[in-house]
Amino acid sequence: MTTEVGSETEVKKDSEQLGPDKGKDKPEEVSETPENQKSRETFSEEAQDSSPVPAPTSQSSLSSQKKEKSSPERKGISRFLPPWLKKQKSYTLAEPKDETKKRTTEEEQVAQESECQTPEGVAQPKKSLKEAAAENQHNAKADDKEEKHSVSIAETQSAKEDGKEIEVEKVPEGKEEKQEEKDKRETKEVQTAEIKRENIPQKSPKKIKTVQCKVVLLDGTEFSCDLEKRAKGQVLFDKVCEHLNLLEKDYFGLSFYENSEQKNWLDSSKEIKRQIRSLPWIFTFNVKFYPPDPSQLTEDITRYFLCLQLRQDIASGRLPCSFVTHALLGSYTLQAELGDHDPEEHRSDYISEFQFAPNQTQEMEEKVAELHKTHRGLTPAQADSQFLENAKRLSMYGVDLHHAKDSEGVDIMLGVCANGLLIYKDRLRINRFAWPKILKISYKRSNFYIKVRPAELEQFESTIGFKLPNHRAAKRLWKVCVEHHTFFRLVSPEQPPKAKFLTLGSKFRYSGRTQAQTRQASNLIDRPAPYFERTSSKRVSRSLDGAPMGISDQNLLRDFPATARQAAGDKILDLDAAGQAKLKEGGREEDGSPVKTPQLELTQDGKSNSLRVDGENIYVRHSNLMLEDLDKTQDDLLKHQASISELKRNFMESTPEPRPNEWEKRRITPLSLQTQGSSHETLDIVEEKKQAEVGIEETLVVDETNKGKMQVATGAGETCKVEEHLSKKDSSSLPSDSSSSSSSSESEDEEVGEYQPHHRATEEVIREEPEDDDVKRKEHEEKIQHVEATPEGSKLNVPVEHTQVTAEDLVQENAVTIATEEKNLSEEIKQDLGEEKEEEQLRLNGDVSHVDIDVAPQIICCSEPPVVKTEMITISDATQRTEISTKEVPIVQTETKTITYESPQFDSSAGGNAGVLLSAQTITSESISTTTTTHITKMVKGGVSETRIEKRIVITGDADIDHDEALAQAIKEAKEQHPDMSVTRVVVHKETELAEEDEE
Amino acid sequence: RQALRSAAGPEVDFARAEREHQLYVGVLRGKLGLQVLELPADESLPDCVFVEDAAVVCEETALLTRPGAPSRRKEVEAMKRALESLNLNIVEMVDENAALDGGDVLFTGREFFVGLSRRTNQRGAEILADTFKDYAVSTVPVHDALHLKSFCSMAGPNLIAIGSSEAAQKALKTMQQMSDHRYDKLTVPDDAAANCIYLNIPSKGHVLLHRAPEEYPESAKVFEKLKDHMLIPIANTELEKVDGALTCCSVLINKSSEL
Repeated sequence: MTTEVGSETEVKKDSEQLGPDKGKDKPEEVSETPENQKSRETFSEEAQDSSPVPAPTSQSSLSSQKKEKSSPERKGISRFLPPWLKKQKSYTLAEPKDETKKRTTEEEQVAQESECQTPEGVAQPKKSLKEAAAENQHNAKADDKEEKHSVSIAETQSAKEDGKEIEVEKVPEGKEEKQEEKDKRETKEVQTAEIKRENIPQKSPKKIKTVQCKVVLLDGTEFSCDLEKRAKGQVLFDKVCEHLNLLEKDYFGLSFYENSEQKNWLDSSKEIKRQIRSLPWIFTFNVKFYPPDPSQLTEDITRYFLCLQLRQDIASGRLPCSFVTHALLGSYTLQAELGDHDPEEHRSDYISEFQFAPNQTQEMEEKVAELHKTHRGLTPAQADSQFLENAKRLSMYGVDLHHAKDSEGVDIMLGVCANGLLIYKDRLRINRFAWPKILKISYKRSNFYIKVRPAELEQFESTIGFKLPNHRAAKRLWKVCVEHHTFFRLVSPEQPPKAKFLTLGSKFRYSGRTQAQTRQASNLIDRPAPYFERTSSKRVSRSLDGAPMGISDQNLLRDFPATARQAAGDKILDLDAAGQAKLKEGGREEDGSPVKTPQLELTQDGKSNSLRVDGENIYVRHSNLMLEDLDKTQDDLLKHQASISELKRNFMESTPEPRPNEWEKRRITPLSLQTQGSSHETLDIVEEKKQAEVGIEETLVVDETNKGKMQVATGAGETCKVEEHLSKKDSSSLPSDSSSSSSSSESEDEEVGEYQPHHRATEEVIREEPEDDDVKRKEHEEKIQHVEATPEGSKLNVPVEHTQVTAEDLVQENAVTIATEEKNLSEEIKQDLGEEKEEEQLRLNGDVSHVDIDVAPQIICCSEPPVVKTEMITISDATQRTEISTKEVPIVQTETKTITYESPQFDSSAGGNAGVLLSAQTITSESISTTTTTHITKMVKGGVSETRIEKRIVITGDADIDHDEALAQAIKEAKEQHPDMSVTRVVVHKETELAEEDEE
Repeated sequence: RQALRSAAGPEVDFARAEREHQLYVGVLRGKLGLQVLELPADESLPDCVFVEDAAVVCEETALLTRPGAPSRRKEVEAMKRALESLNLNIVEMVDENAALDGGDVLFTGREFFVGLSRRTNQRGAEILADTFKDYAVSTVPVHDALHLKSFCSMAGPNLIAIGSSEAAQKALKTMQQMSDHRYDKLTVPDDAAANCIYLNIPSKGHVLLHRAPEEYPESAKVFEKLKDHMLIPIANTELEKVDGALTCCSVLINKSSEL
């Protein structure tokens, strides 16, 4: 809508500024990263030709939007492809099957040509070049705007549907480049295509090292293949699924065992090597998400594999059932594998070759035989269906058990399932937390926490903690929870948290498709039912006893819980998630040095990601959506989700992505252009907002879970909280990043990390649910950005608050508040406002309310701990005047000093009438020793819009910390981040224990 | 000997109690056409009329309980003999630390809820869970009532009848939270009236035995709103004085007996 217009205009602007946008941009890219381009091309080709893999990536950007629009035409593999790709397909490929053939042939050729293990990858580069040329031509035809725009823009525009296939191709390329650059671990490149691409550019085919890899399949057979040593999990998973001829693969995953009991899921988005470390490359193919209603699976072959898994589960005792159920399920197994009971052929002992139960008795076998006779006439597929109909009712069906202790040290089991978290004590269910009840999931060290929505009549949320055997177990449980929640409750996966944020800990998110998505995709499957042979379960059941390491069944029920699942990003990137990722990246680019290419920046991200790996993790659910779901039927839910995604699509379409260099351009360009540019930024902002949320959540977590520990643990433990209030001209995201980075350096504890999983949900929710704070925030941010778009007349106000708070436990806090203020001329403002209005309207369409406006801007956040003496020093920037005030507080142990450096400008703005508060938002990020709160306030006073950013940095730590340096650093960063703004005020607030030296 | 009772109260009119019980049996046997296997009365076991507590039967399996009241443990023997005659898979609760009264076991058709009361403990519930492995077994703390089913019961395939007392409502909330399934609820003003007997009889459809309007007029009105049910009011005034409810006096077994 309006935004769209903006984007286009921006394009123009870009063209003007940059001149030959396309010419410039593309050549540059090429020159810089020729490999990447190849890879891109490859990618696009892949997407066209075959692999379902590419779809996710490409989809990721457009996914949500286009997906829905996609036509039912898709067939077979093509269903995995995003609509646009699909269309393309239709030109190039006559039939899905042909595709497969092509692919295989292609692969073969490649294999012949080179010894490389990833034939596709090799083959692709060749084609890619050719195609690249073709593409370029196409592109030329395509809108100039789009082409001119950087990838990110292209993405957004493609969303419009103007982009078309050509654009689409580009998009994936861009993404992939970025992703490649990103830290491999953290990146959500799930698709094979991507992975291959990655490898290709880096290594020439000849050099590729391969590893032999074994996968134990559900029927007990082994699948072997050679993998490139740095291959990601997705590559292997795709190979296995291809081998199995399995299309509905999202319910499955690959697992490996650290020891006999520690079952880990192979994360498909990460390198295999890094996950299994020194373990042998042996995996098992298992059901990861047990569909609550197997009858909704599309293909019999999928049900068959589910049956195989369940037979393992039952025979191993992992899935307990009664005598009668054992017999009944066993009889269906016989019917499926042997057909009708034949008195001639099936003598008395034919059954004993099968294993139906952990403890199989003669009596049971007789019962099985008796029941088998009653199934006469059932086809194998029907027998499987009957099997599943009975198995799905078992109370432990699909429940992933984990050993734990409750707060009193009592042994319990935590069961993760489609509906939520179940708490068992000795096989009795003693509590249950449905997903909608859970607000946040986190782990820290070996503790696992859930934050639960207050019950009726209760006012406060409660956090419940469980003790897992060790850190890894806690993390495994957490990941399984994140995955199950995402898979079963969300429309589409969430994107992982941004690397920028200081958050420690895992950025892990479920990257595959959700159940909703996979069902949607499955509906498009249009291939004749594939023939497959039902191998007798005899072998499997027997082998269970021998327990090949691959088979998960080995573990008895008790062991079950122990097999926690580790991160399993087996699935393909979510469309939406990918799109978001792109957006983020785009935003960063802007934020970062304009000169940098996207890839470079990505690299940076990757680094920061690595920092997080082992931290405490929090998965936050935005439960408004969930709550609604409670009372809705599945259909309603789906509709609801669909509508959400629709809204989201609209939103995406309206807001084009920022280009890397935009920031700079904008400065140079006239106002009108800038204004238009702002729309691009909006996307970034959104991303940033999300981060902001994360940060906040983290803070909460810290309060709830960490504080106690910190205080107790070290008498002299130090917490550094840094709060920054920065008004940014270009994007609010920057400040958060910088702050985070600064604080990150100080963070030490790897085991404490925080993680918010539900961004995605939030986004969706946002559109529909006005109450969601996050949504509001985002909106505000967008507004802010629009206003801010006018660079002129902005001052940089950096109030720095340096606070040292000494708690009883000797904790010192250092708070640095940096406020940046920006004033815009009225003209500019008007323009901006116009845009804002438009934006608002868009929002309104999405049913988002701007209720948040009432948030009061808090410019100075001082700690209110027990303070005895308070010294207040205010130094104005120009005059250097100093005010000192002292107030007495009952507690004698602490000393507090506040020093304010203030510039005259600030006074005017601060002292004046409140004006109209357009928006206010607070972003908080926290590391162990540092808390950074960024408060962005946007106001309009008499035609002048003013954006103020306050950063509050609280540093808690030993006296050793050089607070002055920290302060200087904070100010410097603030200035760097917001060159257009002026620092108006710096407040340093110090709280020290009296005994300790006063830093100031 | 006197039956156990939770509170002192008026004397039980034995003659009337017998009449009521005969009516109860008559309805099941005569009106509904069920096969009724009556256990012989044992004068040494004053609570033996409450057969529900001695066994939990689900599908083909019967769990012989270990009643929480020591004086009632012998009641199980007669029950065992009867169930053996029905060819059920019988599981005995031999653990001396276990206690379970059938009155604390609510089977909804999808899962079990076991009230943790003065008569039933965790161990008893565990054994029940081990016995009926197909089903989820959730525990529900029971306060201010003898049994879980003192204030609730199933009144339909997916319908829980529940009393209005605080204890009842609290227990219901617990059950709702614990279950993946959403049940309908039928709230009646009187806790005691919430204990009713629901049967699904092929020839008769939904049948509900509930307390008579003379006893609990308000609750009876609620039951009368169940249009799809064949409603049969039954008085239970005398046994109620010794904490007896409608379900207490029978164990329903879905099996055609060869007797």
